[in-house]
Amino acid sequence: MSDASFDSQAYENEAQFGDYFALLKPRVMTLVVFTAFVGLLAAPVAVHPFIGFCAVLFIAVGGGASGALNMWYDSDIDAVMKRTAKRPIPAGKVTRDEALAIGLTLSVFACVFLGLATNWLAAGLLAFTIFFYVVIYTMWLKRITPQNIVIGGAAGAFPPMIGWAAATGDISTASVLMFCLTFLWTPPHFWALALFVRMDYDNATVPMLTVTHGRRATRVHILVYTVLLALFAIGLGFTQVGGPVYLTVALVLNALFLKGAVQIWRRDEDASEADNFKVEKSFFKLSLLYLFAHFGAILIEAGLDRMGW
Amino acid sequence: MGLSNEHEMHRRRRSRNIGVAVTLVAFVALVLGLTMVKVTRGDFEKRPPQAEVSNGN
Repeated sequence: MSDASFDSQAYENEAQFGDYFALLKPRVMTLVVFTAFVGLLAAPVAVHPFIGFCAVLFIAVGGGASGALNMWYDSDIDAVMKRTAKRPIPAGKVTRDEALAIGLTLSVFACVFLGLATNWLAAGLLAFTIFFYVVIYTMWLKRITPQNIVIGGAAGAFPPMIGWAAATGDISTASVLMFCLTFLWTPPHFWALALFVRMDYDNATVPMLTVTHGRRATRVHILVYTVLLALFAIGLGFTQVGGPVYLTVALVLNALFLKGAVQIWRRDEDASEADNFKVEKSFFKLSLLYLFAHFGAILIEAGLDRMGW
Repeated sequence: MGLSNEHEMHRRRRSRNIGVAVTLVAFVALVLGLTMVKVTRGDFEKRPPQAEVSNGN
């Protein structure tokens, strides 16, 4: 090609490294890293620091790979929603084939290396998580049921269980309850957001509870999931990862969370609009603190345990 | 001369090249580190089967 034939327009959308990294959904990865790290450290088996670092890294890469595969499959609906229109594929930076190749390669890499670094139960759980998120959630149920948030939340709830399995080679009551904590937290967290943020899932024909069953039903769902969440979150305090610090945090936060859920349930749309969704917004903010504080408390309990307290 | 001017395209490609290089170096360091830890801990030595210690509740 000569300089005379150089067409700068053709290169305007050429991807830089950050565009490929964005395929891995780095913001979602932070939750994966944090909860997997807690699961690993809360386990009653000491893990070599470098092996532990590698385990968390491979779990994060696996989570990122499933994000890339999600963007590959959902590029059509990402293009029509304002929130996702700037993602690398709809923005024209990365092709669908590239995203598929990156997603599949990193999935295999993450599972194989997690198995080699730790054990094959952890690797199997990671492989199942990727399969669940990509095939069961993204390809199958996301577009046909308004319970999609619940199903997607399950995929995001596996990392502490994988971290635990990486350390112990086992699944226990405590690791299952850590899974339940994130799994049951996701619906009230997301549906509270859906109540006060106008989302354009309609344009993408993705069924959302607020639209398919109405906002009243969404408020009821938030309350039901919050009650269930409180039972499991407090129950976790009586397993080997719990203790006085965790129980105190769990009791205080679940009382506040339940109070918020009851307030949301009792309100109608007129009351919410009158104060610009004040209760729903504060409930959403509390939900962010809720998950961080619960896993943070588990981490503190693990630290106290290691120090012999 | 025009040839010395850097086009946006070159910046993007440099970003990709550096990213791939860093990723590859990190991968090599990871494999090396894992191998060293596993070898020094004796993970690859043949051991008689041991009784499993239950970690459940």
